[in-house]
Amino acid sequence: MPVDVDAEVIANRALSSDYNVLALAAPQIAAAAAPGQFVMVKPGAGFDPLLRRPFSVFEVLRDPRGAPAGLTILSKRIGPSTGLLYDARPGDRVACLGPLGRPFTPVDAPAEAWMVAGGVGLAPFATLAESLRARGVKTTLFYGARRSAELFYLDFFRALDVELVLTTEDGTAGERGRVVAPLDRQLAARPASSGVMVYACGPEGMLAAAARTAMKHSRPCQVSVERIMGCGLGGCYSCVIPMRGDDGKFHHVRSCLAGPVLAADQVLWD
Amino acid sequence: MAASGCFGYGVEYADVVDLSSLGAVVTKGLFLNAREGHPAPRIVETPAGMLNAIGLQGIGARRFVDEKLPELRARRATVIVNVCGTTIDEYVEVSRILSDAEGVAAIELNISCPNIKEGGIQFGCSLPGTAAVVSAVRKVTRLPIMPKLTPNVTDVASFARAAEDAGADAVSLVNTFLAMVIDVESRRPKISNVVGGLSGPAIRPIAVRMVHECRQAVKIPIVGMGGIANARDVLEFMIAGANAVQVGTANFVDPFIWSKLLDGIGDYLERHQIARVADLVGTVETRQAAHEPM
Repeated sequence: MPVDVDAEVIANRALSSDYNVLALAAPQIAAAAAPGQFVMVKPGAGFDPLLRRPFSVFEVLRDPRGAPAGLTILSKRIGPSTGLLYDARPGDRVACLGPLGRPFTPVDAPAEAWMVAGGVGLAPFATLAESLRARGVKTTLFYGARRSAELFYLDFFRALDVELVLTTEDGTAGERGRVVAPLDRQLAARPASSGVMVYACGPEGMLAAAARTAMKHSRPCQVSVERIMGCGLGGCYSCVIPMRGDDGKFHHVRSCLAGPVLAADQVLWD
Repeated sequence: MAASGCFGYGVEYADVVDLSSLGAVVTKGLFLNAREGHPAPRIVETPAGMLNAIGLQGIGARRFVDEKLPELRARRATVIVNVCGTTIDEYVEVSRILSDAEGVAAIELNISCPNIKEGGIQFGCSLPGTAAVVSAVRKVTRLPIMPKLTPNVTDVASFARAAEDAGADAVSLVNTFLAMVIDVESRRPKISNVVGGLSGPAIRPIAVRMVHECRQAVKIPIVGMGGIANARDVLEFMIAGANAVQVGTANFVDPFIWSKLLDGIGDYLERHQIARVADLVGTVETRQAAHEPM
């Protein structure tokens, strides 16, 4: 059951001129959130911007005794709302509704988890990596960004023993090009008998490519989609994505309720 | 009341809101058969508002009765079903199905959706069309009928009157304003349907004016809506002439808005020593105040 918290900004750390990590005092949401779930966030009480915006829960913050104290969101400045979130200061209030949506389904060892992130699509994988480590699942992060300065939290993932495969579009770190290229090669090299679950989050073009690549190699794949969302609760029918139903026909499915994590082979990517 | 298209079928909100505490849940529009609606993107934000063109995605009247109505009844929600049609026969057929079902309190006739080609607004933009839908449905149901009027006409009061004359028990207004947003970089519309319906606080003063005009044209109850975001907005609509109100877009921003609205109305009534909120309806004072001598 989601709760709405008028959350105090605990900290706001700029990672670059566009990206920031905003820490919010929303312990109830942090305690209830499962990896892959999201919150609907609105900075300020005014009418401009009017609607909330969806964000994956990035990190769960804990107090010294280990109890959930808050959460962070990873934001990229692209418009008025994310601009306000970039400029938010400690003590400001941000409305935060959650946790919402269906989380990732974690895989069990000895199968491995291969997470594929593009840009701000890194967001749901911090908590997933923690959860997978607790389950003893060997985890790899394929992480692509425009340039090396936009690859964030690498030490966080290294500390969780996550193997990193990095790509940048300009070649300033890791392999030059798109993140799906090494995914494709490594899936091809892996024996069919050893299990792999692919998890993907990022721009829709990348998601489609990751989903097709996983399907090509007959690997299951869970994608976390982001569509323009009005309410996050199933009321507005804005965030639909075309999917194959049980009847084999196409249906518009609300990604806030059925997702944001969806089975990649059910989504109609064209 | 929760406005149609802004509250799913109501069941989506059962964990967030005590559905029985609402005046009514007005469901998403229902045709006879299921519809998939328009492709995304379906909404875009505008100054103090939003544009939508969902395209009336829905599960159809029979599935609603079978799959959603039982839970709404169990939650003791007062259910008003928003009824759509591409033809008068379809409005009649859907209304008949709902009249036979247990747990429907009233029918809101959607003759005003701006986002689909056939049906809806083609009736709502014509006085004979409005009268024809209302009188045809009137013949097949004992449920209260409330046509939802479009603001995309020159004289909305004449449509309220046409609805009243044809046997409507109430009217609700306004549906959204037909509008458009273009991305100047790509020169493409920002929603897939090119045009959509504008809602939110931006439209409220126009909606209030239209409720005021309709109040002077009809005797039947008016359910006002359009950009209500707080208790003052509710009171404004009621003073303009609305007997009840619906809240749509603001529910997206704050799904817990309902108790805040009720608290705010209560405070106002206490402060002004008014016994019942109904005493406010249509009490706007429009006579010119005498100018004080300089």
